[in-house]
Amino acid sequence: MRADRAPAMPNADDERTVLQKRVDRRRALGILLGGVAVGAQAMTACSPVAPMTDEARETRLLAWREYIKGNYRSMTETERGETIARLERLAKVTRGADVKIQSTSAQPGVMFGYAFNISKCKGFRNCVEACINENNLDRRAGTQYIRIFEMEDGVVDLDEADATFQHEVPAEGHFYMGTQCFQCADPPCVKVCPVGATWQEPDGITVIDYDWCIGCRYCMAACPYWARRFNWSAPDVPVAEINPNQHYLGNRARKMGVVEKCTFCIHRTRQGRLPACAEACPTGARVFGNLLDPSSEIRWVLANKKVFRLKEDLKTEPRFWYFTD
Amino acid sequence: MHLKPFVLSALRSATTGGRRYHVWMGSLTLIMLAGAYAYSLQLRYGLGVTGMSDHVSWGLYISNFTFLVGMAAAAMMLVLPAYILHDVDFGRAVLMAEAVAVAAIVMCLGFVVVDIGNPLGSWHLIPGVGYLNWPRSLLAWDVVVLNGYLVINLAIPFYILYGRFRGRPPEKRRYLIWMYIAVMWAVSIHLVTAFLLAGLPARPFWNTALLGPRFLASAFTAGPAFVILLLWFIKQTTKYEIADGAFAKLALITTVTAQINLIMLGSELFYKFYSPTHHGINARYLFFGLDGHHALVPWIWTAIAVNAIATVVLMIHPLRHDPRWLMPACAALFIGIWVEKGMGLVIPGFIPSPLGEIVEYTPTVVELGVTAGVWALGLFVLTVLVRVALPIELGEVRSPYIEKATPSAPIVRPRSTPPLRQPTPPVRTR
Repeated sequence: MRADRAPAMPNADDERTVLQKRVDRRRALGILLGGVAVGAQAMTACSPVAPMTDEARETRLLAWREYIKGNYRSMTETERGETIARLERLAKVTRGADVKIQSTSAQPGVMFGYAFNISKCKGFRNCVEACINENNLDRRAGTQYIRIFEMEDGVVDLDEADATFQHEVPAEGHFYMGTQCFQCADPPCVKVCPVGATWQEPDGITVIDYDWCIGCRYCMAACPYWARRFNWSAPDVPVAEINPNQHYLGNRARKMGVVEKCTFCIHRTRQGRLPACAEACPTGARVFGNLLDPSSEIRWVLANKKVFRLKEDLKTEPRFWYFTD
Repeated sequence: MHLKPFVLSALRSATTGGRRYHVWMGSLTLIMLAGAYAYSLQLRYGLGVTGMSDHVSWGLYISNFTFLVGMAAAAMMLVLPAYILHDVDFGRAVLMAEAVAVAAIVMCLGFVVVDIGNPLGSWHLIPGVGYLNWPRSLLAWDVVVLNGYLVINLAIPFYILYGRFRGRPPEKRRYLIWMYIAVMWAVSIHLVTAFLLAGLPARPFWNTALLGPRFLASAFTAGPAFVILLLWFIKQTTKYEIADGAFAKLALITTVTAQINLIMLGSELFYKFYSPTHHGINARYLFFGLDGHHALVPWIWTAIAVNAIATVVLMIHPLRHDPRWLMPACAALFIGIWVEKGMGLVIPGFIPSPLGEIVEYTPTVVELGVTAGVWALGLFVLTVLVRVALPIELGEVRSPYIEKATPSAPIVRPRSTPPLRQPTPPVRTR
C-alpha cells in the first residue's frame, strides 16, 4: 500500500524465521501479536473517525517491538543491531534527535579502575557537571551520579560530611571526597536483582539493561555506596543538550520507572577515552585506567601511594581507591 | 456437574445481604475506585507522585507489604492446631483464617505491583519467557513463595468447601499433606521476606540475625489478633457458632507471641543502644531523632506504648477472658505492630543513607490513596470469601444435584436453617 515503509517494521524476514522455527517462544509470540497489532492498526487507519499518521503508526509499532524484546544479554548480535536501529529511529521520530547508539563490548585484557586524590580535590564539582552533560542525566529531577562530600580537616566520616554545600570552595579547613559507583568486584546490587537486569561486564563495569529493569529498586536498597538513581518521573533532557554519542548499556535515553547508575562512561572508556569526570577535573584529582596494564597511571598510584577504600569491611571489593599526596 | 451451581451460589452469597452489608461493600468499592484513580496518576506521572526519593527508595507500599506478609503467614497458626493437632475448637476458625491469608496475600501482591516502577515489564519475572534470578535474588524467592502460598490457600479451602457443597465430606488423607506444606510454607514466606531485608549489609538497621525471628513473632501476634476480631464479628452477626474455647486459645497464643515480640524488641534496643556504634545510627534516628530530624519518633513510641499496654492487658487472665478488654487489646496490637513493623522498620533503614545523608520521608496524598485502595481490595476479598464460605459451612447452601438421601455435611444442621441473614425488613423496628 505504501512505499515509504520503515525498515524496522516486521517484514518477510520475520516470517521466514518463524517458518524456520529459529526463534524462541517469546519472539514468536511477539511476532504473532505484532501481526495482530498491525491488523488492528490497519483497521484504525481505515476508520474515518481516528485517522492515524504514518509516523504515529510507526512509533507505535516500534514501541511494541521494543516492549517484547528480551534481555540484552540473551540477544544475538543481529537482535542487538535491530533494537539499536529501533531506538535510534524512535529518538528521531519522537524527539527529533540524531543519536548514535553503540554496543561496543568489553575489550580483552581490560579491567577498569579509578583512584581519587583527596589532597587535590578542591570541591569545584566540574566533574558533576560534566557527568550530567555526558550521560544525559535528567535535568528536571537534577539527577547526579557523583557526590562531592565536604569534610572538616581531621575527620574522615561521611556522617559528618556535607554534600550539599553552596559556598565558595575550597573552604578553609576542609577537604573534599567524591563518591560515585565504585564498580565493586562483588556487587551486592547485581545479586539482588530479581530479573537479572543488572550485571557486571568483563571489564568490571556494572551495567543496567534499562528496558529489562522492572523498577523494584531492590538494588538501591542493596548498594552500600548509594550509587544508584531511579527515574521517579519521565527523564527530561532538552534536545539541544542531548549527547548523541551513546551506548546501549550506558548513557542512552532512560525511561520512567527504571534504575540507572554510573558506568565509568562506558561509551567513552571502551573506546580508549577517559570518563567525562576524569577529563573535566581541573585539579588532576581523578586517575582512571586499566588495572591490567602494568604501565598505567592507576597501577602506579596503587603501587606507590597509601590507598584505601570506603567500607572495606563489607567486602564488596570496590574498584575505586582514595589516596593522598 | 456441581461446579456451575457452586460458582452461581458463591456469587449469590457474595452479592446478597442486608443494608449494612451493601453499605460496607459499596464503601470498599468507592475506596478502591479512588485508589485506582490515584494509581492511574502514578502510572502517568511516575512514582514521583509519591513521597519516595533516591534516598528513601521504599516507603509506605513496602512497609504495608512486609506487615501483610506476616498477616498471611500468621493465619496458619490456626491451621496447625486444627488439622494437625486435631483441636476441634479451632476447626471452625480455620477457613476464616485461610480467608485472611488469601486476602493478605492479595494485598501483598497489590502493594508490590503498585511499588514497581515499570509494571508493564512484570513479564520479565516469568521463567521461560523472562528471567527469574532464582536462587540468587531473595526477591525472586519472594515471588515464588508468595504466589505458591496464594495457590495453596485458595486450593485447600476450595477443596473443603466444594466437597461440602456437593455433599461429599472432604477427605483428610487428600488435603492433610497440603496442610503440612502450607504450614511450613507460611513460615517460609515470612522468613524469606525478612531475609530480603536482613541480607543487605548496606543497611545495618536490617542486617541483623534477629530480624527473621522478630518478623515471625510480630506476625504471630498481629495475625491471630486480627483473626480474633474477625471471628468475634462473625459470631456477633451470624449464626456461625465459634466455641469460646477457640477464643481462649487464640488469645493465649496472641499473649505469648506478644510477649516474645516485646522481648525481641528489647534485645534489639539493648544491642543498638548499650554500646552505640555506627551501625545503630538508623535506630537512633528512629527512636530519638538525628540532627533535628525526628519524623518517626512519635510513631515508634506510640506503637511501642500501645503494644506494651495491650500485652499487659492480655497477660491479666480476667481481662483476657472478657471480650470488652480482649477486643480493644487485639485491635491495639494489630495497629501497634502495623506501625512498628511497617513505618518503623522499612523507612528508618533508609535514614540516614549509606553515605550518612538525612532525607526524611512523608507519604503523599496519592500514595495514601493507593494504599487505602489496596487495603479496600483486601477487605473486599476477605468479605467475599467469608461470605461464600459461611453458608456452605452452615449447611445452608448445597448443590441442587445432591440426592435427597445423601447425608448432608460434617457440620450437621437441618436443611431448614434460616438463611445466614434475614432479608432486611422494609421498616426497621428497633
